[in-house]
Amino acid sequence: MHVLRRFFATTLTLALGTALAVPAMAQAPRNWQLGMQDAASPVAERMHSLHELVFWIVTIITVFVAGLLVYVIWRFNSRRNPVAASFSHHTGLEIAWTVIPVLILVVIAIPSFRLVFFEDRIQNADMTIKVTGHQWYWEYSYPDSGNLNFRSDYVHDEDLKPGQNRLLDVDNPLVLPVGKNIRILTTSADVIHSFFIPALGVQRYSIPGRTIETWVRVDRPGTYYGQCNQICGTNHSYMPIAVVGVPAAEFQAWEKTAKVKFAAGAPIPAPAPAPALAQAAEPTTIRVAQVQP
Amino acid sequence: MSATHDHAHDGLDHHDHKPGFFTRWFCSTNHKDIGTLYLVFAVIGGLTGGGLSIMMRAQLMHPDSHIFTTGQHWNAVITSHGLLMIFFSVMPALIGGFGNWFVPIMIGAPDMAFPRLNNISFWLLPPAFCLILAGQMVGDGAGPGWTLYPPLSNATYQSGPASDFVLFALHLAGISSLLGAINFITTIFNMRAPGMTLHRMPLFVWSVLVTAFLLLLSVPVLAGAITMLITDRNFGTSFFNPEGGGDPVLFQHLFWFFGHPEVYIMILPGFGIISHIISTFSKKPIFGYLGMAYAMVAIGVVGFVVWAHHMYVSGMDVDTRAYFMAATMIIAVPTGIKIFSWIATMWGGSIDLEVPMMWALGFIFLFTVGGVTGVVLSNAGIDQAVHNTYYVVAHFHYVLSLGAVFSMFAGFYYWIGKMSGHQYPDRLAKAHFWVTFIAVNVTFFPQHFLGLAGMPRRYVDYPAAFEGWNKVSSYGAFLGGISMLMFLVICFLTFTSKTKVADNYWGEGATTLEWTLTSPPAFHTFEELPRLK
Repeated sequence: MHVLRRFFATTLTLALGTALAVPAMAQAPRNWQLGMQDAASPVAERMHSLHELVFWIVTIITVFVAGLLVYVIWRFNSRRNPVAASFSHHTGLEIAWTVIPVLILVVIAIPSFRLVFFEDRIQNADMTIKVTGHQWYWEYSYPDSGNLNFRSDYVHDEDLKPGQNRLLDVDNPLVLPVGKNIRILTTSADVIHSFFIPALGVQRYSIPGRTIETWVRVDRPGTYYGQCNQICGTNHSYMPIAVVGVPAAEFQAWEKTAKVKFAAGAPIPAPAPAPALAQAAEPTTIRVAQVQP
Repeated sequence: MSATHDHAHDGLDHHDHKPGFFTRWFCSTNHKDIGTLYLVFAVIGGLTGGGLSIMMRAQLMHPDSHIFTTGQHWNAVITSHGLLMIFFSVMPALIGGFGNWFVPIMIGAPDMAFPRLNNISFWLLPPAFCLILAGQMVGDGAGPGWTLYPPLSNATYQSGPASDFVLFALHLAGISSLLGAINFITTIFNMRAPGMTLHRMPLFVWSVLVTAFLLLLSVPVLAGAITMLITDRNFGTSFFNPEGGGDPVLFQHLFWFFGHPEVYIMILPGFGIISHIISTFSKKPIFGYLGMAYAMVAIGVVGFVVWAHHMYVSGMDVDTRAYFMAATMIIAVPTGIKIFSWIATMWGGSIDLEVPMMWALGFIFLFTVGGVTGVVLSNAGIDQAVHNTYYVVAHFHYVLSLGAVFSMFAGFYYWIGKMSGHQYPDRLAKAHFWVTFIAVNVTFFPQHFLGLAGMPRRYVDYPAAFEGWNKVSSYGAFLGGISMLMFLVICFLTFTSKTKVADNYWGEGATTLEWTLTSPPAFHTFEELPRLK
């Protein structure tokens, strides 16, 4: 299996070499990109290796079918083969093309089951964050950091600074410590959204009335982008997600400043009422609170 | 192709009593006329839905483009596009159109079992179509996406009557297909000519039979779900409202219990048509007939127990996800049997690359591509990274827009001579195939790349990083628009053509009963039942 995987990995790198070889810090999607964004979490890494395996299997199958089609069109063309044969059964063949696909599916299914259980949840999380989807912004809470709570809006076109990605960068990114197992709880205050960060292999719907659990471990420092991935109304395209992975020490420093920055009454960007209240609050209420000095 | 052959039957034609225009087309009880109505309707539905898709691709050609003024307007258009293509183009063409025309003929029956029911089935669709259009134009439009997930589809987030129009449109379209399904099942079980046993039935009839059962079992579940949504919206219930103890995820389960069989409802009749075409132009009987028939039955049965693979990231238990993953992968096996049996049918044959055969070959290849990306998506572990992205959009357009639609065109070119008595212009039809083949691949193949890179679907605007492939995709869609115009020209040239075709213009390979009739067939056929040896 490992040999096979390494073979696939090598072939893939050779085949798509330039397209997939990515500079270390480029975490955002790139123009003309062909494959997935660089993996930056154990879940995403395993996803990539399973995807690689499945990708090569299905590519070989597709090429095989295409080859057969081209061959029969060429070999059994009415000019080359004016008299058609009349056979219409071959038990051996029929058994073969039933059994072989089953075996191929078993080859896919075994690592696939392992992955789905691995990415489900983490047993001993180092910390928990709560993600609440709103029309049309994300709200992040850190219950382990004294209920630190803030909202994250996309950077409007007129406020974009050089180097910022339009519709990916946000005013207050979700800051996470690198190398820690983090439990993510998603919920929503209005309609269904989906919390989706491709490079980290994270995706869960955020559904009102439900709390859904998943987990992430950011492998290396950097900024990772995602977008709301479930249609949620008129501004569905305008609620991106930015995650900044920082070393643990830096995270503690950020925690301290963030508590001050997002304390109640602070001008930007969201009030920090009791968490229960924050969830119940209508977006308009928050906007009113926002303009208060 | 001799015209003399034709004249022998012409006398029959003249004895046929055709009712006057209004009675014939508005109060029709003739399966061929109703089939024609369905086909015309499917073309109108397809042009409307396809026109919307060109507007959508124009919007997505660049980031920050403003063809659509608001996201809600955009959402209303994508909602209509999905519903129009499914309920008002693919289903009317394959089931109502070709099904009505050829199922009774292929089993040697004089008509459908319930001719008036058949008429009602069709006439429920035009009002449903108007309601869909109303849903797009009234107020801010109905923009919950074709999947209609609450709470976005409830009265708070889609206020005004637009969404109610769409829900009632689905009710009408649902009743229409349900009545059609009942009609097909009764016809196929009770009206086969003597000697036409189930195991001798043409594969197209098998495919429509399986499709009809899928409709019969799945559409009532959709009807229940949208009725609950209507009462949630208008009468204060809270089936899907968490504040009242309801559950939004319940709707997803109900919707996909219908929605997943629905995708097989769209593709199975296509499978049937492709089988006939491959066999006809290879001049060989279909390989593994029983395997082909029961593969469709297997796809139908398994298709009912895989629905939650649309909901891998909705917080289902991991064991449930593992089950749905395994069940979903199993569908690849009967589908593979079909693909390989088609190739085995051609193997050793004497293949004529006529236009319907080109579409059928295109179908096999494109459906394979769409099928294998389905295997990728069936892995819940991978789906977590591509769920709801353009990868999914590419996948389902490869199986539907390229699969089902290719089978529609294949069926059109295969049977238009039989239905109209006139043949299509060959060169232009070949050009139509190639332009469409290139257009759809340029449109949808790059969407795999966008999806893998993480671009979500249903986005009116996107980051600059996705611009390159989006632009390519849009160029493909514009070429697709040209191919739609070519199709209209071909229709015009076919219907105005003066040349008549023979009864069996495809020759020895075409063996089903429709080729024993005149082209076009008499108004009433098989008033005396044919006897099969």
